[in-house]
Amino acid sequence: MATRKGQVSPPVSLWAQLRTMAGRGPAPYVLIAAYAAIVSALLLSNPTTGLGTDMVVVLFLLLMFVIYRAPTMLAFKLTLGTILLAIIMPVFGVLNPFYIDVVTKAGMFAALALGLNVVVGFAGLLDLGYVAFFAVGAYLWGIFSTPQISNIVPGTEPLHGSWFWLFLAIGLAVGALFGVLLGLPVLRLRGDYLAIVTLGLGEVIRVLATNLDRPINITNGSQGIKDIGRPPLFTEPIFQSLGITISQVQEYQLYFYFLVLIVLGLTVFVVHRLNDSRIGRAWTAIREDETAAIAMGIPLVRMKLLAFAVGASFAGVMGVIFSALQTFINPPTFDLLRSIGILSMVILGGMGSIPGTMLGAVIVTLLDLQLLPRIATELAALQRRGIPIPAWFDPAQYQRLLFGLLLIIMMIFRPEGLLPEDRRRRELHYDEPEPAPETQQSASVTETAQSAEG
Amino acid sequence: MALLEAKHITKQFGGLTAVNDVSLTIEAGSIVSVIGPNGAGKTTFFNVLTGIYKPTKGTILFDGKDITGLRPDQITALGICRTFQNIRLFNAMTVLENVQVGMHTRLNAGLWQIILGTPSVRAEEKASLERARELLRFVNLDHQRNQLARNLPYGDQRRLEIARALASSPKLILLDEPTAGMNPQETAEATNLIRRLRDELGITVVLIEHDMRVVMTISERITVLDYGTKIAEGLPHEIRSNPRVIEAYLGKGAAVHGTVKVEG
Repeated sequence: MATRKGQVSPPVSLWAQLRTMAGRGPAPYVLIAAYAAIVSALLLSNPTTGLGTDMVVVLFLLLMFVIYRAPTMLAFKLTLGTILLAIIMPVFGVLNPFYIDVVTKAGMFAALALGLNVVVGFAGLLDLGYVAFFAVGAYLWGIFSTPQISNIVPGTEPLHGSWFWLFLAIGLAVGALFGVLLGLPVLRLRGDYLAIVTLGLGEVIRVLATNLDRPINITNGSQGIKDIGRPPLFTEPIFQSLGITISQVQEYQLYFYFLVLIVLGLTVFVVHRLNDSRIGRAWTAIREDETAAIAMGIPLVRMKLLAFAVGASFAGVMGVIFSALQTFINPPTFDLLRSIGILSMVILGGMGSIPGTMLGAVIVTLLDLQLLPRIATELAALQRRGIPIPAWFDPAQYQRLLFGLLLIIMMIFRPEGLLPEDRRRRELHYDEPEPAPETQQSASVTETAQSAEG
Repeated sequence: MALLEAKHITKQFGGLTAVNDVSLTIEAGSIVSVIGPNGAGKTTFFNVLTGIYKPTKGTILFDGKDITGLRPDQITALGICRTFQNIRLFNAMTVLENVQVGMHTRLNAGLWQIILGTPSVRAEEKASLERARELLRFVNLDHQRNQLARNLPYGDQRRLEIARALASSPKLILLDEPTAGMNPQETAEATNLIRRLRDELGITVVLIEHDMRVVMTISERITVLDYGTKIAEGLPHEIRSNPRVIEAYLGKGAAVHGTVKVEG
């Protein structure tokens, strides 16, 4: 990295030495296990809400990415990841219901960001209206599980919560359908033009949600839809057998936590599979050079629509889950800022990079829901205690400013994102050790070429 | 047997006629050059053949089938592939992936098969990897396979473009200035590679080229365009002494003094 910035780096930097040491033999297993043990102990021993626990939760989520990237056996990663996410986090969630909500949201946005990453990161189609598909999924379940449905089809009863499972699949299909529908008019557009049109289409969906309360009340307009159905709980016997009594609210929290976790896991799996396939390569080729891609036999229309459909289908599913989780949705939830927020997750994490996108989603969600509000309350507390912070300074007002500054700093110093896409790493699985790269870099040739072109 | 027959191709952009009533027949297994001064319409003609532009008039027959107006990806699937005058690689992808992209039309894995990771998909993926390595060895780039395309030296990028085009298993390959910007040694290597495409792989080659030495050494037939019109066609030695060609290249009056000098 140092060389890329044009500095002369010493032959082996201290950092590189440390990395090699940490990656050798049993070292990574020991280090990661120790990290996991410490963070788990901290979480479970002190489940109070506060800045300290905030930091531990951040460390916990970062641990997931360390595990993801660590040079260890897959079985080790999976075991540790499962223990942490399926046991430690839920137990902590029972002890402190605040954080599991934040983590569930982070997971939800990670899945959304992964979907957008298919469109923006893989296929290079800048989509500023992505939240529209999320809205479609949310309104789908919102309408069918509430008395809204009787406005559309008179005499129909709202669907029972157990339909929720089927609606996950329907949300997927409807999301994909809307992805294709919104994709069709923008197929010929590239870059900035595409961004503007998707922005417009995204707004159209929001405006429809606001105004479809007349002549037939479909969306209940700006009032939003409340009392959205939830899937019935089936976990009570488990808790009873464990001898734990928890409230229904907490049970639902855990329920949605696991649901989001499973859907996120499936999303990661699917996105990985696609990215490593002829479809993923076609998307990247389109992103890199559309003309060359089509000349190499890639059907642009089909591949672009597929990218829109795949990306939108994840948003559709997450929309269904979101509406059941919140039990209330209204049009402002799905405004442009939400689209931009998801896009900033993708860009912050690293466009085209699967772990990067998830990291971006986790960081933005944590900043948004937890860290920035926390800093604001801490500052306000200091203010009350008479620390000389001027009275006109209301930290809560500066949350977005801080977020904006962070984005700017990121883009200046690491424009490729936190965990950029690394195609070379992927290729290395297949092969014998890399042969030494050719030393005779034909710099002179490049010069000749440039002078000849000029 | 004629592999490609372009009949009376005209391409207009508004009031500008870039290609005017050009007919060209390419015999299977031949190496044919299209030459002409800058702006003669050579690249536009290529773009028409590969479907990037639809011809205003005229028909194109490939392998006996009418391909006029087909989409570029359909034409590629039928067996015409090309390289570009200004190299157009997928820069952020590795050398190997670039070649695998070229195979797109020859792979069949569908969305659900890929998600489920069926054995057929895995076998296909493995075979495509093998084939890509084979093609990279053919153009002598296998040692660079995990490099990003953008990091390759210029000459290697040109060869990678050829390997990528070969990946679609074409019957006909169109090379747009394959030796542009190369030094004499690289040009000789490139010329040799073009010849191997035909001799070893049996692919028919059409190239646009400015380097007269390359044109005269490897072409079996030459077609000359000027201002969008075909002004000459024939064997290299015929073209060399054709007065209209000399005029197009050197201006009126030059034709009186003799033949086109071989450059370099």
